[in-house]
Parts: sequence; C-alpha cells; structure tokens
Amino acid sequence: MTIHLSIVLFLPLAAGLVGAVLPRGLARWAGLAGALAVLAYVVVMLVDFESGGGLQWVTDDEWISELGIRYSLGVDGLNLFLIALTAIAWAACTLVAAFADTDRPRLFFFNLALAETAVLGAFMAQDLALFIVFFDLMLVPFYFLIGGWGGGDRVRATTKFVIYTLSGSLLMMAAAIALGVLATADGGELSFSLAELQQRSVPEGSQHWIVLLFALAFFVKAPLFPLHGWVPDTYRATSIPVLALLSGVLSKVGVYGFLRIVLPVMPDGAQYWQELFIVLAVFSILYGSILAFSQDNIRLVLAYSSIAQLGFIVLGIFAFEEKGTQGALLQMLNHGLVTVPLFLIVGVIAVRARGSESLAELGGMALRAPVLAGLFLVTALATLAMPGSGNFVGEILILFGTFEDNLVYGLVASAGVVLAAVYMIRLYQGTMHGRVGPAVDSLEIDRVNLAAVVPLVAVIVALGVYPQFVLHRTERDTSQAIARTHPEVSVIR
Amino acid sequence: MSTLLAAAQVQAPEIDYMELSPIFALAGGSVIVLMVGLLRSFFVRRAVVPVLTAIVLLTAIGLTIWIWEPGNRDPIVEGALGVDALSLGVSMLFYVAGLVTIALSLRATNALEAGHGEYYSLLLGSIAGMVVLAEAESLMTLFIGFELLSIPLYVLCATHLRRRTSLEAGLKYLVVGSVGSATLLYGLALIYGATGAMEFDGIRAALAGAELDASDPLLLTGIALAATGLAFKASVAPFHQWTPDVYEGAPTPITTFMAVATKAAAFAILIRLFDSALGLSQLDWGPALAVLAAVTIVVGNVGAIAQRSLKRMLAWSSVAQAGYLLAGVVVGTQLGVRATAFYLAVYLLMNVAAFAVVIARERVSEYGDDLRSFENLGRVSPWLAGAMTIAMLSLAGFPATGGFIGKFYLIDASVAGDYTWLGIAIVIGSVISLVYYLRVIAVMWMGRYEVELPTVPPRRVRPVAGWSPEADARAQPEVLAVAVACAAATIFFGVMPDPLFDVARDVSSALPGLH
Repeated sequence: MTIHLSIVLFLPLAAGLVGAVLPRGLARWAGLAGALAVLAYVVVMLVDFESGGGLQWVTDDEWISELGIRYSLGVDGLNLFLIALTAIAWAACTLVAAFADTDRPRLFFFNLALAETAVLGAFMAQDLALFIVFFDLMLVPFYFLIGGWGGGDRVRATTKFVIYTLSGSLLMMAAAIALGVLATADGGELSFSLAELQQRSVPEGSQHWIVLLFALAFFVKAPLFPLHGWVPDTYRATSIPVLALLSGVLSKVGVYGFLRIVLPVMPDGAQYWQELFIVLAVFSILYGSILAFSQDNIRLVLAYSSIAQLGFIVLGIFAFEEKGTQGALLQMLNHGLVTVPLFLIVGVIAVRARGSESLAELGGMALRAPVLAGLFLVTALATLAMPGSGNFVGEILILFGTFEDNLVYGLVASAGVVLAAVYMIRLYQGTMHGRVGPAVDSLEIDRVNLAAVVPLVAVIVALGVYPQFVLHRTERDTSQAIARTHPEVSVIR
Repeated sequence: MSTLLAAAQVQAPEIDYMELSPIFALAGGSVIVLMVGLLRSFFVRRAVVPVLTAIVLLTAIGLTIWIWEPGNRDPIVEGALGVDALSLGVSMLFYVAGLVTIALSLRATNALEAGHGEYYSLLLGSIAGMVVLAEAESLMTLFIGFELLSIPLYVLCATHLRRRTSLEAGLKYLVVGSVGSATLLYGLALIYGATGAMEFDGIRAALAGAELDASDPLLLTGIALAATGLAFKASVAPFHQWTPDVYEGAPTPITTFMAVATKAAAFAILIRLFDSALGLSQLDWGPALAVLAAVTIVVGNVGAIAQRSLKRMLAWSSVAQAGYLLAGVVVGTQLGVRATAFYLAVYLLMNVAAFAVVIARERVSEYGDDLRSFENLGRVSPWLAGAMTIAMLSLAGFPATGGFIGKFYLIDASVAGDYTWLGIAIVIGSVISLVYYLRVIAVMWMGRYEVELPTVPPRRVRPVAGWSPEADARAQPEVLAVAVACAAATIFFGVMPDPLFDVARDVSSALPGLH
C-alpha cells in the first residue's frame, strides 16, 4: 500500500487548481510544472518497475462501500507504458500550449490538467466502476477544450464528440453495473474490483450483451469503423495541442479497456464476438487507409490513419495470441508516440502556411527548414512501420499473432501496411517537397515545438533500436490478459 | 370488521406531541408570519417576515433532528400520522427547499406584490401539507396532506399579479391539480372499498390475507387511479402536460420550490403507498409503473430538446428526472427506496443551483430566462456560470457529481430488481439529455466573444427599492450564495456520497417489509 500512484494521479489536478487561482499570467506555468512533475515521477517509476512483478504500487481503499466501488489503483505491464505515454504526451503538449497565446489561460490549463488526471486515473484504475468514473470524467475537460479553444464549428463538433462518446460509455456503465450485480452471488457484497470480478463468474448469455456494450464504448473512443462519425468534425475543430492528446492518448483508453477488463473478466463473451471484431478491425484498417490516402486536409490524413492504426491494435488484441497482444500493446505506445509529434508538426506547418492545412496549398517546406523536415521524416517513417522502427516490430507481432488462426484476415490486414506507406509518404512529400506552396513561408521549427518534439522523436528512435525494453516488461501481463480466452484453457476449466 | 369495532367504541387517539412538534411549528409559524405581515412598516414586511419564516423552518429542522431515529415507524396520531426516517428525511428536503425559496424570494417582485405576509405564510402552509403527506398513515391523511400542499401552491403560482402568464399558470395548475386530486380521491376510495381499510397497515394486512385477491379488479382500478393522481403531482408522463407551462409562468422562486419540494413529497407518498402499503401486489403494478417511467424518461428528455426558455427546459428535465426516480419506486426493494431517496436529495441540490442561476440572470437580463441571457456568462460572472455548469453536468450524470452517483445507484437498483431494461432506459434518456444540458454550457462558455454582451450591467449601482434592472448580479449575493453552495454540495456528494448514503439507509429502514 503506497500513495505514490495517488500522488501521480492528482498532481496535475492540484497544479491545475493552483493555476486557476493564480494570476492570469501564471496559470500556464502551474500547468506546465504539474505536467513535468508527473513526467519526472513516471520516469522514476519506469526505472523502478519490476518486470513480471504483477501489480505494483497498489493502492486499495474503500471509496463508496454502498455501491461496492473501491479506490483501487495499480500498475503492471499492461498500463505502465500507457501511463508513461500519457505523462510524456501531456508534458509536450502543455509545453506547446504554455508558450502559445491562449485565451482564458486559467480555465484552459485547469481543463488540460483535469484531463491528464482523468486519463491517468482510467489507466491506473483496478476497479471497474472507478475506471468508468475516470473514463467519463475525461469527456468534461475535453468538451471544454474543444468547444472553448477550438476553431471553426467547434461547438457543434464538441457536442457531437461528447454525445458520441458518452452514448457509448453510459451504455457501458449500465453493462458494468449489470456485470457487477450478476456476478454477485445471492447475499454477497456487490463488488466492481477487477480481481474480484475475475474470480466470480457471469452467465455466458449475459456476457454476450455486456461485452457488446463495452465494445461499443471502446470502439467509439478508439475510433473504429463504423463508429467514427465524430472524427472528421472534431479533428477539424480542435486546437493542435489538444488534438495531439485526443488522438495520441485518448484513443488508447478504449482499447486498453479490452485488455484490462473485457478479456480477463468476460473471456466467453469476448470469444463469442471475436470474429465480428476482427472483421471490424480489418475493415477499419482498409477503410481508414483508403480515406487517409484521399484526404486533402493534413489533419484528416492523420485522423483516418489513426482509424487504420487502431484497427491494427484491435486486430492484435482479438487474435487471442500472445504475439498479437504484445504487438497490440507495443503498437498502442508507438501510435501515441508518433501521433503527438505528428500533430505538433502539423501545427508548425500550418503556422508557416498562414493557417492552411490543405495539401494542395502546401509544399516545399523542407527547403529552408531541414530540421523540421528531418523530424517529420523520422516520425513519418516510424508511422508507416519502416523496419527499424518500433511500429515495425508492433505490426509484425500483430500480423504474426493473426496468421496463427486467422490467416485470411492477417493477409488482408497486411495490405494496410502497404497503404500506410502510400499515405504517409504522400503526406510528407506534399508538405515538405515539391514546389513551394503559394502561401508557404519556409521557416525552421521554433524552439518551443523543437523542445516538445525532439524528446518524443528520441523515444521513437530508442524504441526502434531496443523494443525489448517494452516487450520484456509487458510480456507476463499481456499473456495473462488473454490467458482465459485460450480455447485449451477454457476446455480445462 | 375490525374497523367497525373501532368505530363503535370511539376513543381519542393517542398523540405524541413531541413528534408532532415540527407540524405545530410550521402551522403556528404560518399564522404568526401572516399576522406580522399585516404590520404597516415596510421594513417589517420586507425583512422581518422572511427572517421569521426562516426561523420557523430552522426550528422545524431542529425539532426534526431532535426526533430523528432510524428504524420502525412510530405512530404520532394513531391511525393518522406516523413518524419514521422516510418522512423525516423528506421533511428535511422540504425545509431546505423552503429556506432556499426564502433566499431566492428576498428580492423577487412577486413576494412584494402578493404582500409578504401572505406569501411566506402560504409557503409555510404548503410545507406543512407536505410534511403531513409524508407522515400520512392512512388514506384520509394522505388526501388531506395532498390538498394542504396543493392549495397554497395554486395561489403562490399566481403571485406575479401583474404578469398574465403567472395568473395563467396559477389557474392552469388549479384546474389540472384539481383533476389530479379528484382522480386520486376516487382511487383511494376504491382501494378502501377493496381492502376495507383506511390505514396503510390495514391495507397491507388485507393484501396479505387470503380473502383479497391481489388482482382484484376493484383494487387494481383503485391503484391505477391513485397512481394517476400522484403522477399528476410528480409530473410523470403522460400526466405532465401542465409542467412546462406552470413552471414557466410561475414566479421562479416558486418554480424552484415546486420542482424540488413537490417532487420530493410526491415521491415520498409514492414510496409509502406503493412500496409499503401495496408492496405485496408489486407484481401487478410494477410493470405498469415501469412502462410509465420509461415513457416519462423519453417524453421528458425529448420535450426538453426544443426549449429555449430555461425554465421550460428545466421543467421538461424535471419530467425526465421523475422518470428516473420512478424507477427506484418500481422495483419495490430496499435498494430502490434508498436510490430514490438519494436521488431526491441530489436532485434538490442540482435543481436549486440551476434555478438560482436562472433567477440571477432573469432579473438583470432583458431576455428573461431565454438562452440568450446566458450568452458568455462564463466571462461576465464565472461563479454563476460555474454553478450552472456543475448543475447541468450533474443533471446529465457526469462523474464527480452527485447526479452520477445517483444514476449509478438507480441503475444498480433497477438491475438488481430485475428491471435491467429500465436501467438501460435511464441511460438512453441521459444520452438524449446531453443535447440540451450541453447546449446551456456551450452558450455560457463557448459563445463568440466578439459580440458585446448587451446585458453587462454597471458594477456599482445600489439596488433601488429591493430590486432594479440596473442592479448588478452582485447585488443579489444571496442568490449567488445559494447557487454556489448547492453546486459545491453537488460536487461534494459526487466525491463523498457516504453521508447521504447513511441517510438513505436510514430512510429505507423505515420500510422493513421490503427485501
């Protein structure tokens, strides 16, 4: 029992609250200090983490005993790197936002900090109800961040975003309560503790619809075809630092929920829908890739590429093979790590093109901005899973996992790898090379964005060189997450 | 037979004056306030009368805490009134709602127009009626309480003497309310006819006995009619049509009072009558009420979408909330009663916060309670906007607010009571409700700020004669205080709900017959 996780969890919120009462000009520094402190803490945790040691830094207290909700946090291989991703992404994006001219800074940085607390909470929660509390809480700050500081038709976009995602997560809440109640034996105490739920059994028939509602919430969040209706509007309207977090980190919370909750607690239900989810994943890969290839707006290229990447991750999870799950987890981290700098670079490009984000009007920016082009190239190559990048390892593992039992789907999905190369190279060429666009000023990347992007790129390169750092630490927990879905194991039970 | 015997040897019922004391305080206070209000001094009417009213309510609260005791029911007037944690718990809600209404009425024109004494005296009378209703132990006292709470409200709705809509609201409420009362009375008569008992205990015993079939047509008709009468008061669809008009027309402090206190009273008696007295025939009325609840949830939430007037929107939202609350009654379990009681308390907090902000705005804005008077409120007065935001998020059921825990509890109760589909209906209703709750937040915080707000009042203008359109929002510190306090409490109970859970558990212990 330690309070380390509580400190990490509530540090950003505390910083945000302090910033909200400080004078206007100081709010940003409070927010930044909070994000950096979390990052420092998480780096120490990464070093301190004991591979294969199960749940660590566990905090487990009564919260609402009447409803069986416990304040229960813990870190293991499944969430360690997602927490690290959250910390580094928030540090980078808060840095960029802190140096931008932000209207109503106290409110902005408070929301940004609240969002970090909520995301960290969702990743750390070891209690289903607590997970849902944080999962839904995330929406509040993002609702404000998109609607208050976005561009274009931001109010419509943010309303659409919240209604889409909350429809999913409220249904998930109902399903989770049903899960808790059904799993409780007559006269037993209601409990939402994940460890406890794994011990209790839920009738298989009920698992089916419960898993379906969970998947609905997670797929909307991811997003996956056909639940991605909110994506284009939201991506267009959101400001860059917020969008980087939305796309890079938030999308992972849903798919993480499969590994943490659905597969261990409801293996039968997960198996029941395996085929459907794999089909959806493969379809998302193709659909996202093809749409990404045909977009003119550079944000939307990345938006649809995210759908494709998330499709890969879901495919890896539902292959129910150790390699696939490992690849999926690695890919969650990789996708977050490349998406954040990509969006920050999109922001840099837009500034140099007088706000234009259209591929038709961009081009030739590499001419006087070699560093910008170089950073972009590295992240773009990592995104298209160039051998030598962490994404390559992730996608290969996912495909290997899929080939074992679902050869056909694996083969179709591999087409996605090729398509990724097409749209990413098109994106890179369209902005950096070719004729200089009409409104483009080729200027080098500014220092703030440089300071935010370089560490991320360094991590990408490091992971490409030494992916075992992640694989080694996650191995045991990923195989445990899918242990109950294995047919052989089910037979033995 | 036993009733006949009892009637033959007429005996004065035993009265426990200690436990009757809150009602005495209210009734006596009502008379005193009325008398003091007759004094000519404007200061007395403007300041002393509200303070006296508040003292009466505080006394009632003190007395209630004094006699608070969880567990079995204590008869205070045998066969007529009884005290238990359920009646005391909801009584607390009435008193708090009353105190809030006083604060919100301080600068209201309607209190002035109606003469302060009458206004506050009627308010106390209505609260006394609610307490009687909550403590009712027989069909007779139920009806007396029901009327005692309604009649002052009809008048209070019409206290904006110079506004047509207020008079219209009063009349409409009177007509619709009378229909509801008549239906209720008819239903109660049929229940009496079927069971042969006036007292709830007698009804319960009759249902448990072998002579009466639970699906006796006379009994079922009576139950249906009584449910209809109470549904009018609780604005359960399809008997909700009066709600938006009356809520909009009535003076806003009275709307606040009706929204929170009347609803609590109606649900207290729904719990008492259905879960306790008629609990044994739950299999008969349960499905019917469940359908009503689902219809109410959908109708309320869909109706609210099109509203631009905040008062109308909150009226429709209160219809939807009635549907959520009804789910807790339908399941007929201890858990359901607890969930309903918990939600009633949270419902009071979030609605009062919302209505207080509406009052603060409609007094200074030329657009009244239209959405436009909330444009950019986040910049003009962030505290008001913050309170409103929390109220809206809580009503929509976002986590870290009391509304989330309340909905969680209600869904839990529905699922555990084998009404999973009703739990899903609550969720779907919440999704629909996002459309209109989020719109208010968007208007306050996300408007285009190039537009000069037409209603930014000057900062330092002394209020003239109590209230003037020029007065700044800051000239209503009590309204702001109510809004912020209720919003803070909403957050507090969203993070630390245990104190309310303890009360809810006490309340449900009043109905030991449930499982």
